[in-house]
Amino acid sequence: MTSELVVLVLVVITGLGFDFTNGFHDTGNAMATSIATGALRPKVAVALSASLNLLGAFLSVEVALTVTNAVIKIQDKSGAPKAEFLAGGGNALLIIVMAGLVGGIVWNLVTWLVGLPSSSSHALFGGLIGAGIAGLGFGGVNWVGDGSKLDGVVGKVILPALLSPVIAAFVATVGTWLIYRITAGVSKRRTESGFRWGQIGSASLVSLAHGTNDAQKTMGVITLALIASGHWSQTGEIPLWVKFSCALAIAAGTYLGGWRIIRTLGKGLVEISSPQGMAAESSSAAVILASSHLGFALSTTHVATGSILGSGVGRPGAEVRWRVAGRMAAAWLITLPAAALVGAVMWFVAHSIGGAAGAVVVFAILVVASVGMWLRSRLQPVGAHNVNDEWSGATTTAVRPSVNA
Amino acid sequence: MHNLSLALEGAWRVLVVGLLLGAGLPAVFALGIRSLAMTGGGSSVTAGDEPVDAPTSAIGKTLATLCFLLVLLGVAVGITFIVASGFGKALSFEHLYPTLIDK
Repeated sequence: MTSELVVLVLVVITGLGFDFTNGFHDTGNAMATSIATGALRPKVAVALSASLNLLGAFLSVEVALTVTNAVIKIQDKSGAPKAEFLAGGGNALLIIVMAGLVGGIVWNLVTWLVGLPSSSSHALFGGLIGAGIAGLGFGGVNWVGDGSKLDGVVGKVILPALLSPVIAAFVATVGTWLIYRITAGVSKRRTESGFRWGQIGSASLVSLAHGTNDAQKTMGVITLALIASGHWSQTGEIPLWVKFSCALAIAAGTYLGGWRIIRTLGKGLVEISSPQGMAAESSSAAVILASSHLGFALSTTHVATGSILGSGVGRPGAEVRWRVAGRMAAAWLITLPAAALVGAVMWFVAHSIGGAAGAVVVFAILVVASVGMWLRSRLQPVGAHNVNDEWSGATTTAVRPSVNA
Repeated sequence: MHNLSLALEGAWRVLVVGLLLGAGLPAVFALGIRSLAMTGGGSSVTAGDEPVDAPTSAIGKTLATLCFLLVLLGVAVGITFIVASGFGKALSFEHLYPTLIDK
């Protein structure tokens, strides 16, 4: 294997790894409420969500090759890599992409470990921005776009992140309030069973939308790496194997289930009932679909969290744990810079070692960090068996080990 | 700051559509549930949480069916949108009812 090929293979594996973390990090966005209310058994919920993500990934034949254009300048408008990165099998570009992906994965794992639903797209963008600054300087980052449309770090990442949770929370608040007004006095037997169906339906819609949106991003990044290294030439098409492997990676991740995050979303934020769950997921589905229709880039995680919060605000007498919400908001704020920092450090490591060896070392760091965090998670495991346990007032890491007994 | 005004404009439209579909449809669904609880007496409200064995009245069933159909229609539009955007089509609302157009 030539050293160029080694780097490419590592980038592809890292890309699929990111897609996998993207899957399990976001299972809760769609399914946390259905699991918390018992509308679906935990294993059934993740299996349903995984199938719909898989289906969604295949439905998205639209090519998201220009995904990095939102934040860094390594591609032109058609999606082709810029000429200055093509020397040596596109090594300069591959290293930036790989460092960015590692930044995204590491941050996704850290937030998963502490059970906080942070945005996978922000983690990816953050990693890319960090690697972009390290490799190209501040001028290599697309901060505000050219002003003709929402673009750049400000327009595609920061502003939507500030606005979308508020919108979703408001919609869910109104939805929940209306539902409780309309069904006031109807026997609980009827509302619980009826709204369970509504909840499952709306959660399925969120899963499907997630598959079409998020799997595309990794497909785009991997295809970019293939083009830069000269293994693919069309900018209007994605290799079939890339599509298959990305779809499988995100579905497998979803099926694994990010139980720690599901627990925080389903039990930590508000004690949720079926009508609230339906209001929350409907709000998420509507806001996600309306946004992508209107070209407003946003994160599924921010929307889902906002919606669940809103369903707590809209229900008379419901308790909202604002402390948990505050922790989440803090995690959102630091997601971008933290992933950027990891991405930048990874770029310096790879660059100072150079060539295939640099990529191998970065990959090894990623493996060690991932295994380390996984082992740490085993100390206080959260899974299908204890995801719905009573919320003890602290976040996931404080779950008593005795809940396994 | 073009981005800020563009973002607020986008946010405003997302909010309107979100409220219509994301809060409106669940409300219609809730109306359907309430209609199902309408028994012969014409009341949809029962005392307490004890099991209600009285069958749904005919008008209740009709209303509920209408409500659920409307919700299903909304969901169908949503799914069509997801699938269509994947195949390079877009949903247009210029005729009020949704139609498929090329992007």
